[in-house]
Amino acid sequence: MATPPSKDLLYSKTHEWCRVEAGPASGKTATVGLSAFALQALTDLVFLDLPPVGREVKAGQPFGEIESVKAVSDLYSPVDGQVAAVNAEAAKRLDHLADDPYGAGWLIKVKITDEAALADLLDEAAYQKQCEEEQH
Amino acid sequence: MSALPLHTPLYDWHVAHGGRMVDFAGWAMPVQYSSIIEEHKAIRSAVGIADISHMGRLRFEGPGAAVFLAELLTRRVADMELNQIRYSLVTNDQGGILDDVLVGYYHNSTGQPFFLVVVNASNRAKIVDWVAAHLPCERAERPGQEVVWADVSRLWAMIAVQGPRSVELLQPLINVDLHVMRYYRGAQVSILHPAAQRQGGIISRTGYTGEDGFELSLGADIARAVWEVLIEMGRPLGLVPAGLGARDTLRLEAGMPLYGHELSEQIDPFQAGLGFACHLVGYDFPGREALLKIQGRPPQRLRVGLELFGQRPARQGCPVFSANQAVGEVTSGTYSPTLGKPIAMAYVSPEFAAPGSELQVDVRGRREPARVVELPFYRRKRSRGLSQLSRGLSRFSSDENGTVPFPTAKMGLSPSAETRTQKGSDE
Repeated sequence: MATPPSKDLLYSKTHEWCRVEAGPASGKTATVGLSAFALQALTDLVFLDLPPVGREVKAGQPFGEIESVKAVSDLYSPVDGQVAAVNAEAAKRLDHLADDPYGAGWLIKVKITDEAALADLLDEAAYQKQCEEEQH
Repeated sequence: MSALPLHTPLYDWHVAHGGRMVDFAGWAMPVQYSSIIEEHKAIRSAVGIADISHMGRLRFEGPGAAVFLAELLTRRVADMELNQIRYSLVTNDQGGILDDVLVGYYHNSTGQPFFLVVVNASNRAKIVDWVAAHLPCERAERPGQEVVWADVSRLWAMIAVQGPRSVELLQPLINVDLHVMRYYRGAQVSILHPAAQRQGGIISRTGYTGEDGFELSLGADIARAVWEVLIEMGRPLGLVPAGLGARDTLRLEAGMPLYGHELSEQIDPFQAGLGFACHLVGYDFPGREALLKIQGRPPQRLRVGLELFGQRPARQGCPVFSANQAVGEVTSGTYSPTLGKPIAMAYVSPEFAAPGSELQVDVRGRREPARVVELPFYRRKRSRGLSQLSRGLSRFSSDENGTVPFPTAKMGLSPSAETRTQKGSDE
């Protein structure tokens, strides 16, 4: 059962979603994944490359890559921070990534070091609008 | 070529059925409808159809047509039998590859002979110019050797029907016995369905997938109706429409070169492994003398197949290494749906071209281990084809007691060197 996108998701223009939550200790953590729209557009996934825990990531910079039969795409971090967790299961079950992109299909968790970049992200409505425009 | 992409007669159908349209060689074509892997597997296991109306088709007729083509193409043409098709190249004066083509020899419904040359969409304008340059009026109208030609690409649609169930799908619609039609043979046929409005077509047992199958040329005005009949009749057989994405993974598995990847004006036929398509004695064609010289020299590089050990596919342009020595470059690469691993074609120095050579491919800055393997990556099982041939043959055979003689004996097939090299071309 796919987890529906919830109101608390933010999106990058490059189709990554993130869910920002407090903790684990001080500060905030962002769970990052790829939107249903992006996964539907990609199809035929064959390879996913994610960074190791501890890697610094910068908003707007690639943190990994996802490859389909047709082409390879970079994955861009929506936030500044440090990788706190990696979903190793996602790479093993690529053909199921699109089944639950906002739940089991999460890719990395990032301990946010600078919240400034969050202001550049899109909310659900703005992101849906962008997707509709891209479809035409 | 116009700035806006051209539309095939099936464009509206593709858009209405979820085709993801991309610009390919100046045409708006579907890259996929559902999933490339599903479309690929349907063609390997059942049957699929693809719109290939973007392929360029040049028609030549007149008493001088055979000799003109023999003096243009690398392959012998003048000795072709009726309904025979040959794979050929068009080379420039330096022996570089301008295009790879299929040339077919047919009679139309009134018995007039003509040749059909099928060229790559991306090379159509170039080849049309090349033909025009080699066929000035004084040559085209030489008494007794007249040549009349036309680019009929926009008048005809072309549908590829590929997969082990192709005969089953097409036979009810075609008035010749497809079971006995040999590979690289074709025919001018009637299409037995009201949707075809009594029009005929040209069918050939050819394809670009490594699977059994046919390619059907038919009038642009009936193409959509016939396509929809195929979709309907094919449904119980497992038919799916397939886009360019699946065609690319299929041809790669079959080890077939693609112009712009494995073939270009900078590559000669011997490097590409297409020496069988060059007949250097006989008719003089552009590039023949250059090719005679090239043939006598050791090649600088050779086309090979690579299997990668990791999960990351190599792509066109990826450098190939042996230890720290750059030895070549990938020309096409993908994930093979049939083999479940990345495969690629590359040009490498001859000393690294032997199957079993261990190499590395630089995939976006990371070295991925790879091994040279024999092409093709995938070869279809022939048992089905042989049993079909035997079944078909028995219809022509008076020997009904179950022993089917070797086909050549009864059917007059000549197992000439020509036939063998043709098979080699695809396999």
